[in-house]
Amino acid sequence: MQMNQLPKSLLRLCLGLLLFGTVLPALAEQQADFESALQLLQEKSYDTKSEAVRKIVASGHPEARAVLDAMLGGDLYTRKKEKDLVIAVKEGSQYRITAVVSGEDLGLDKKRSLKKVSINNQLRGQLRSALALLNLDNPDAGERLVAVGDMLDSIDAESAALLRDALEKESDPKVREAMELGIALGEVTSKDPAVRLQAITVLDGSMHPSAFNRLTSLVEQEDDSEVRKAAQDAINTIDLKRQMSGIAETLFFGLSLGSVLVLAAIGLAITFGVMGVINMAHGELIMLGAYTTYLLQVVMPEYPGVALLLSIPVAFLVSGGVGVLIERGVIRFLYGRPLETLLATFGISLILQQFVRVVISPQNVPVTNPSWMSGSIEISSVLSLTWNRIYIIVFSLMVFAALFMILKKTALGLQVRAVAQNRAMARAMGVRSERVDALTFGLGSGIAGIAGVALSQLTNVGPNLGQSYIIDSFMVVVFGGVGNLWGTLVAGMTLGVANKIMEPWAGAVLAKILVLVFIILFIQKRPRGLFPQKGRAAEG
Amino acid sequence: MLKSTLKQSLIGGMLAAGMAFSSAASAEETIKVGILHSLSGTMAISETTLKDTMLMLIEEQNKKGGLLGKKLEPVVVDPASNWPLFAEKARELIEKEKVSAVFGCWTSVSRKSVLPVFEELDSILFYPVQYEGEESSKNVFYTGAAPNQQAIPAVDYLMNEIGVERWVLAGTDYVYPRTTNKILEAYLKAKGVAEEDIMINYTPFGHSDWQSIVADIKKFGATGKKTAVVSTINGDANVPFYKELGNQGVSAEDIPVVAFSVGEEELSGIDTKPLVGHLAAWNYFMSVDAEANDSFIESWHAYTKDEKRVSNDPMEAHYIGFNMWVKAVEKAGTTDPAAVQDALIGVAVPNLTGGFSAMMPNHHITKPVLIGEIQEDGQFDVVWETSGLVAGDAWSDFLEGSKDIIADWRAPLSCGNYNVKTAKCSGQNLE
Repeated sequence: MQMNQLPKSLLRLCLGLLLFGTVLPALAEQQADFESALQLLQEKSYDTKSEAVRKIVASGHPEARAVLDAMLGGDLYTRKKEKDLVIAVKEGSQYRITAVVSGEDLGLDKKRSLKKVSINNQLRGQLRSALALLNLDNPDAGERLVAVGDMLDSIDAESAALLRDALEKESDPKVREAMELGIALGEVTSKDPAVRLQAITVLDGSMHPSAFNRLTSLVEQEDDSEVRKAAQDAINTIDLKRQMSGIAETLFFGLSLGSVLVLAAIGLAITFGVMGVINMAHGELIMLGAYTTYLLQVVMPEYPGVALLLSIPVAFLVSGGVGVLIERGVIRFLYGRPLETLLATFGISLILQQFVRVVISPQNVPVTNPSWMSGSIEISSVLSLTWNRIYIIVFSLMVFAALFMILKKTALGLQVRAVAQNRAMARAMGVRSERVDALTFGLGSGIAGIAGVALSQLTNVGPNLGQSYIIDSFMVVVFGGVGNLWGTLVAGMTLGVANKIMEPWAGAVLAKILVLVFIILFIQKRPRGLFPQKGRAAEG
Repeated sequence: MLKSTLKQSLIGGMLAAGMAFSSAASAEETIKVGILHSLSGTMAISETTLKDTMLMLIEEQNKKGGLLGKKLEPVVVDPASNWPLFAEKARELIEKEKVSAVFGCWTSVSRKSVLPVFEELDSILFYPVQYEGEESSKNVFYTGAAPNQQAIPAVDYLMNEIGVERWVLAGTDYVYPRTTNKILEAYLKAKGVAEEDIMINYTPFGHSDWQSIVADIKKFGATGKKTAVVSTINGDANVPFYKELGNQGVSAEDIPVVAFSVGEEELSGIDTKPLVGHLAAWNYFMSVDAEANDSFIESWHAYTKDEKRVSNDPMEAHYIGFNMWVKAVEKAGTTDPAAVQDALIGVAVPNLTGGFSAMMPNHHITKPVLIGEIQEDGQFDVVWETSGLVAGDAWSDFLEGSKDIIADWRAPLSCGNYNVKTAKCSGQNLE
């Protein structure tokens, strides 16, 4: 009998038996390790749970990823009665329960029958690294990128080796780049200077914080002069990039603070500029706009984004309406008497504050940010811009442009400018100055309302909201020149950027004081502000 | 003739009615309790719930028959987060309303503002909030944590359990954060932390533009050494601070923030999903599993008719303080402040975490220390606690000026500011 005549089935049988003899026991051991680790997860001590996670990863069981994922997501529970580990996901008012290992559906049950497997910060970090390692071969490229990203902070020789293996199978360019960075981070401590040199060229220019940190510690401990020089050069490049990023960031912060100031002050610039009326209730008109957003969100709680967009016209009308009422009811009788107007509008501001306290609540009210307003966009590892601020900058520029158009292109705008320059002459030309006054005040107040809508997304909304912004609004108007839109824009942005430049070394409190002192000194030299009004009547 | 008799009988009738009313009124004598908490302004977010707690405690005590046979009557005022107004309202409570004790204040600046009033008029204030120490008054009983019952154990936890090496001390600009940070800086340096590994930052009340500060914290924490933020930020400035942390992607695993003035109440108004894992150090959490806590929460929900209302550490402090005051008044047999002040020392009442709390001679109480992590539902999960109770130390052992000072209000010392080295009493001695 010859070997090749042995029936194929017998060969298969032998192979099968061989496998059975070696693989199955291994599988059984894996299952046992896994299950004993799962038991440990039900213990109270965080150290025991940490040990359990280590064991689960080490076991290499196919269900490991699902368990760790559920644990990190807060979906892992123990059933109080049966004392087994389950995954529970909210379904309506109850929870859909699935067994951990078998995946079988165990039906619905109430939250009371479950006890969550709680985790703390260390466990969270550990789970994230473990899942990163397990996710390296995830079919989705996005997931792989996140996994490599999670590993970058704590790369060591072991994880670098894993990345090297994974790199060979990797096709997605972004993931490849991240992997190469990770490998370089690991190789920077290699014994071979040539390898270190190679790693430094990869890390050069990388904005990831770990790159900078590794290079800095390398420079301190390095013996080889060539490597040290290369590392120092790399550090210098990164440093320069960081400084530029820092400047860009400060500029962004300054512009966003400035845009808030511009929004708050621009209504005041119009009323102050056109009518010479000092409106101390301006802050409360802003506050009313913010409360309009809150009330609209209460009316439609499921759609905070829609409520926010709707509240822009509604707040304009509400605050504008209140502004017209104030003008017709109080200010009209006090023209030419600035001190009385100041006192009267101060009194109105107190009335408005108390009105809100009584009708709504003396405490702050919660205004939700729609999801597209949260989070940030990452320009580089060290520069991320928050979405809410980006929207507010764009929004304030749009409001400014709209206002500019109204004043320059519409009939009302023409009349407003005429009355501002020379009231008597405008009246002689047939302009109804009283009507213009009321509408101007309404326009300025309406803009204040819109500013309130924007502010509701950035800060606490309470009855005292107006008080925080009235001083800043007056500062911007005085600095920029009364009645001048461009002045308000430039002044607001300048003050915002100046404040943010000073904040890192002076602190928030001192920065504000310094800005105030600067303005006081500035108006000694130029009492009319940056862009004073011109014209004969204005001189008077 | 008829007219005058009618007049006389009318007058007689009115006099009789008047006398009846006045005697009825004197039979209705009550013991007045003052409640001095901000119900509007920047601190209303934290203090309003304490006013409600006191009203509930007084109502419950009245159901048990009141105190010394009389009903308790709460007198509520609103100092509106305005520190000078606190002093005015305190004077109004003591002089005009004639309250027997006041439960109130939150910020240390409000307490400092009312301190001269309480000492001048010799009344009693129960102060339920964690504070910076460096004070011990004959007229104040501190049921909140002293730095050695909150700040120091929190820093120990971060240093030993989490391995933090770089520290950001962020606070609101007033006496409590300034003094606490002085103590913490001295403590950290004593433990070998270098000056460049400590970043200190102050912001005004109600500060809402946290962009650059959070960006600085990110940069400070990106050097590879584990960094943590110790936050003494107070009031509603916390809301935009945590929102900005979430927006800029600073997670608790990267840079944990441990707060001393943020509890369940402050979290109940914000979206806590991005905050999961950040920490707070208190002596009580609503999530603590104890029978006393369960029954307290039950009565709280029944009183407020709101299942969603949360309980927090300063509420427990008022619970302890009120029960101690009741016990002391019963012991002394009178509400006279001097007698009650003496009777309070040594009084022990149960706390809400399953143990007891005792009033020490320095007018501080014994408390356990708990560190909790914020959960998605706004509750805290206790991740560490002291094995026993810690006695409050009014004068910090880590500051040069107060190392040698103790407070002891029992005779013969009767001094809040006694230097053991020079054997001299100064400052708050009222003998």
